[in-house]
Amino acid sequence: MANVMTVEVVSPEKVLYSGEATMVITRTIGGGEVAFQPGHVAFLGALVENHTRVFLADGSTEDVAVHGGFVEVSDNKVSILSDAAELGTNVDIERARAAKQRAEEVLRHEHDAEAISALGRAHARLNAAGASF
Amino acid sequence: MAGGQERILRGRIQSMQATKKITRAMELIAASRIVKAQQRVEAAVPYSEQITEVVRDLSAAGASSESPLLAGRDEVKNKCYVVITADRGLCGGYNTGVQRAAEGEIKADVVAGKGYEIIPVGKKAEAYFRFRGYTLGQAFQGFSDNPSYADAKAIGQHVVALYASGHVDSVELVYTRFISAGSQEVVLRPLVPLQRDTVEGGDGKAGSTDGSGSDYEFEPDPTTILDTLLPRYVEARVYAALLNAAASEHAFRQRAMKSATDNAEELIKNLSIIMNRARQDSITTEIMEIVGGAEALGSGKDEQVRYVELDLDAAFGGSSAGHPAPSTTPTGDVQTAGSIAVEERSNTNTTTDSPDAGENI
Repeated sequence: MANVMTVEVVSPEKVLYSGEATMVITRTIGGGEVAFQPGHVAFLGALVENHTRVFLADGSTEDVAVHGGFVEVSDNKVSILSDAAELGTNVDIERARAAKQRAEEVLRHEHDAEAISALGRAHARLNAAGASF
Repeated sequence: MAGGQERILRGRIQSMQATKKITRAMELIAASRIVKAQQRVEAAVPYSEQITEVVRDLSAAGASSESPLLAGRDEVKNKCYVVITADRGLCGGYNTGVQRAAEGEIKADVVAGKGYEIIPVGKKAEAYFRFRGYTLGQAFQGFSDNPSYADAKAIGQHVVALYASGHVDSVELVYTRFISAGSQEVVLRPLVPLQRDTVEGGDGKAGSTDGSGSDYEFEPDPTTILDTLLPRYVEARVYAALLNAAASEHAFRQRAMKSATDNAEELIKNLSIIMNRARQDSITTEIMEIVGGAEALGSGKDEQVRYVELDLDAAFGGSSAGHPAPSTTPTGDVQTAGSIAVEERSNTNTTTDSPDAGENI
């Protein structure tokens, strides 16, 4: 069995990341976190806002903030499709913190779906950037 | 008067040169933007390919979703056209091509007794259809030369909502497909409902047909995935269309501005020839007048010949410094013989200052 697989993180504007990895962890709608390793059975899932971790073949980790999208696994290849995704190293931490505070402020007064997803995005960003909350 | 014509021509040449500078600048800008737009078209391909593949895998796996986006309607009563044009003009036949294609379809629909809804994308489409009295749906504009995914998303969501509400029964995209910098074509592509051939057609490319229905695991269930996926798919299609349109717009503008620059050059060349000829004509006329004037005086007095030469200098130098103006001549009846002859006469009358002026020259 091959012990690496190809991973692609694709947004409509560009291919964010493409390379070989030993494991990918992401989070599907309702299904919690799911990890893929080489040789995983063909899989299709819809994703929520999450912090996706790609464990590269050389031992390092690529952190990606994925704001919804899909994951497809087939033929030892993991493709993550997302309309909005960003690499952890590209996250503007200050902005994410501010967005989180704003969302929390709104949620204190009312139950707003937009604010909840904004909070989810902020969490995904901060997690991916490895920053404290 | 010959001098007046020369001045007019000079003005025209100057304005033409200014125009040429503008068109040249626009040409260069468009040329540099084509490359960037082309890269964006290419960068969007992986996503749209992948999402097409996922849709295909899902339908191969038998995810026969109840999603209205996938099921066509039995009777198509109202069609919706998303007409993608530029926000600005000066791009040759780019806007008119798309508008004409869309208008042809709409007229055919009206004849067939169907309703229509136009979603103009870009200011030009809106202006065109509004002027001609078509009823318009929501307009999108302000991003034609550099569309972002958020723009495509807004259009996609609007279109999906229109379709889902039953307001329209099918949606078509009218845009200019970018094939290469030298060739683009206006295309009309069905967007919603998504049919099998639509899905495989992708962005005008034939899809691979190895729909190998490998057994997938789904999380959550296939139907839910498909339901969330299809709107994304529509957005991706719209995005691809917008990027194609933007690249085409730049290509069209570059070509239009190149020919405008060439035309300006040609015009400048022709006008210069005409202007030079007019100037030459007026000089020739003046010489003829001088020679005629000298001959009219007839007598071979040396002194007078000398005066004629001096006046020739004055005529070409442009400044008749020191010479009395023709209007001051005491003998008004001689004016018809030409200004030089008149000055001759007046010089002979007032012999005090003329020789001095001649020495000054």
